[in-house]
Amino acid sequence: MTDASTNSAPAARKGASLHRTDPRTRRRNGAERRFRLYGAAAISMGLLFLCVLAVSIIRSGAPAFTHAVVEVEFTLSEAQFEEAESQLLKTAVYERYFNAALTAQLRDAGFDVAFDENTIRRIIGKTGGTIRSYYRADPDRVGESVTLDLPVSSRVNGYIKGRVTRENLLDSRFLTQADLDLVDAMRDRGLIETKFNWGFLTGKDSGVDNPGGAGIGASVVGSFFMMLVVLVLSLPIGVAASIYLEEFAPRNWFTDMIEVNISNLAAVPSIVFGILGLAVFIQFMHLPQSAPLVGGLVLTLMTLPTIIISTRASLKAVPPSIRDAALGVGASKMQSVFHHVLPLAMPGILTGTIIGLAQALGETAPLLLIGMVGFVARQYPDGVVDGFLDPNSAMPAQIYTWASRADPAFYEKAWGGIIVLLVFLLAMNIVAIILRRRFERRW
Amino acid sequence: MKVIDMYDAPHTGRTVTSNDIKISARNVNVFYGDNHAIKDVSVDIEDKMVTAFIGPSGCGKSTFLRCLNRMNDTIESSRIEGTICIDDEDIYDRRVDPVQLRAKVGMVFQKPNPFPKSIYDNVAYGPKIHGMARNKAELDEIVEKALRRGAIWDEVKDRLHAPGTGLSGGQQQRLCIARAVATEPEVLLMDEPCSALDPIATAQVEELIDELRQDYSVVIVTHSMQQAARVSQKTAFFHLGNLVEYGETGKIFTNPEDSRTEAYITGRIG
Ligand SMILES: Nc1ncnc2c1ncn2[C@@H]1O[C@H](COP(=O)(O)OP(=O)(O)OP(=O)(O)O)[C@@H](O)[C@H]1O
Ligand SMILES: [Mg+2]
Repeated sequence: MTDASTNSAPAARKGASLHRTDPRTRRRNGAERRFRLYGAAAISMGLLFLCVLAVSIIRSGAPAFTHAVVEVEFTLSEAQFEEAESQLLKTAVYERYFNAALTAQLRDAGFDVAFDENTIRRIIGKTGGTIRSYYRADPDRVGESVTLDLPVSSRVNGYIKGRVTRENLLDSRFLTQADLDLVDAMRDRGLIETKFNWGFLTGKDSGVDNPGGAGIGASVVGSFFMMLVVLVLSLPIGVAASIYLEEFAPRNWFTDMIEVNISNLAAVPSIVFGILGLAVFIQFMHLPQSAPLVGGLVLTLMTLPTIIISTRASLKAVPPSIRDAALGVGASKMQSVFHHVLPLAMPGILTGTIIGLAQALGETAPLLLIGMVGFVARQYPDGVVDGFLDPNSAMPAQIYTWASRADPAFYEKAWGGIIVLLVFLLAMNIVAIILRRRFERRW
Repeated sequence: MKVIDMYDAPHTGRTVTSNDIKISARNVNVFYGDNHAIKDVSVDIEDKMVTAFIGPSGCGKSTFLRCLNRMNDTIESSRIEGTICIDDEDIYDRRVDPVQLRAKVGMVFQKPNPFPKSIYDNVAYGPKIHGMARNKAELDEIVEKALRRGAIWDEVKDRLHAPGTGLSGGQQQRLCIARAVATEPEVLLMDEPCSALDPIATAQVEELIDELRQDYSVVIVTHSMQQAARVSQKTAFFHLGNLVEYGETGKIFTNPEDSRTEAYITGRIG
């Protein structure tokens, strides 16, 4: 107090003009300006990284959504259909008809490039199976002139998208330089076109040798059933547990310990939950392996702490005077919580839940441990029960599986899968915002 | 009709009045952890009367008031000793459900705390949970009556469904008063209900208090001597957790027995 500067400062300020900022004010304003600058810089950095990330994801992933198809006009006569079906190697017959039709079409178009059946096979793969199932699905098509869209092989696809170039292509049994001449010629005449690849969104995982046929649809379904389990279990359990802990439980060493442990659980690596799930749900309880039900249970364990922590925080943020007001008019504890506190905490609870679900949706490691690896996503479940119990994968596990396969075409699929995953996350966040708006009635 | 027992005698020495004792507190001690906030307070609060609690800030007026409807139960660190009886029933008895008690003993808090709901819902909430209305029309009637008694009806009758938190501070406090009287309590505890009100609203609230006195027992905490003198029949002066003096308002303000009371009233301590 006797410090000279503290004593002299007010004296100096007395009577000073308001039109001149004194040095102390100038220093304070300077500090504030600098702080704002740091903040703006931090935000810009964040935005910059976000842009870089978004651009690179879209650039790498977009090709997965398109594929090159060969458009072939084709008519299968009644006689041909019957002959093919009577043979032992049915698909080979279909393939022969098709190759004849394509060759004729190319000749008519005045192609001067030399090619043979093997060339066609290298460009669009074995077509017999596809064509046979096309006609068997709808026998009425026999005898009609139809245009078949047949996806080209993954290497040709890569060539068209620029991933494979003539320079780095070595002649192999998969593709030769000469084949590319035909491909170029077909593209010039519009016989090969790039189209949107619906199969990527609706399809299932394919074998390692068929990246073109791989789709993420089945794992989207797997993720969906898993999220259903997580939501149905973790939201009610998490919210009920938080309400009890926050509003009803006595404060003592036991509840303190629970609180500390919940915080710790939120920081436990997800792979630990995976191995726990493997031990408890599969080895001990004998639930089916690779089932979305088990995946959902494991992710529920992981999500619960997040939901509990955020729910408790938003319950704490409700002013105590509201509780007093409710108790004061004779409401019971439970009425005060459910009529007044919970509605006010709802936006925060929803935000926490959606963040927890989003985390769970993107989780890979625990799923790998309970067998929900990508390549089990080979078929769609037949019904709701199967959806929970049949082996399936989930989006992130599928992406991981694709990324670890050797063929670069799968790498592209992985990026495409990431885009699908991000779209789902975005959708969830939008739902969260809408729900929050609905509950957050500003009074 | 009851004969006032001897606890009053040393404090007031006044003549026995014709009112029943509504609340009787005996040797009440309240602790917040180690903080001894209320020290051995014994007091009898009469029915159909307004009792004012006065005293310097932090002397325990709110604390004692909150003991009367067990709102202090919600404060974890608080602990109470002694007995408080309402209508000769110990409210800290094990059999007493504080929720039932609070329906009987309403409270208006020091800070206005309307629910973040509409004005209508604020008032209707209590009657609703106590099942006081059989239909919407009855509820509307209860709400209107309560808002009128809270001296706020004219200001809000056109916007009953506007948010209660959108009102001014004084209006909010009157809304809280309306909310408290809507449940028809037998005792109304008011913790500085007029500290945020202008003189007109204050006069209205005081009128309300006077009217409530016909049926209820009202306990009001106030920092305004004039208000205590205007509305109350009995006054209790608290100082540092002690009940220093309790007696008829007129006597406390004109002829206090304790030197501390006199010092406070004349503005020398506080
Ligand atoms: N929730 C609480 N926790 C701990 N101590 C408290 C609490 N509420 C009040 N106290 C203490 O109890 C004592 C009495 O407080 P109280 O609120 O009853 O005072 P008051 O007479 O109402 O004062 P004012 O006129 O300022 O409202 C004070 O010393 C205060 O610090
Ligand atoms: Mg107070």
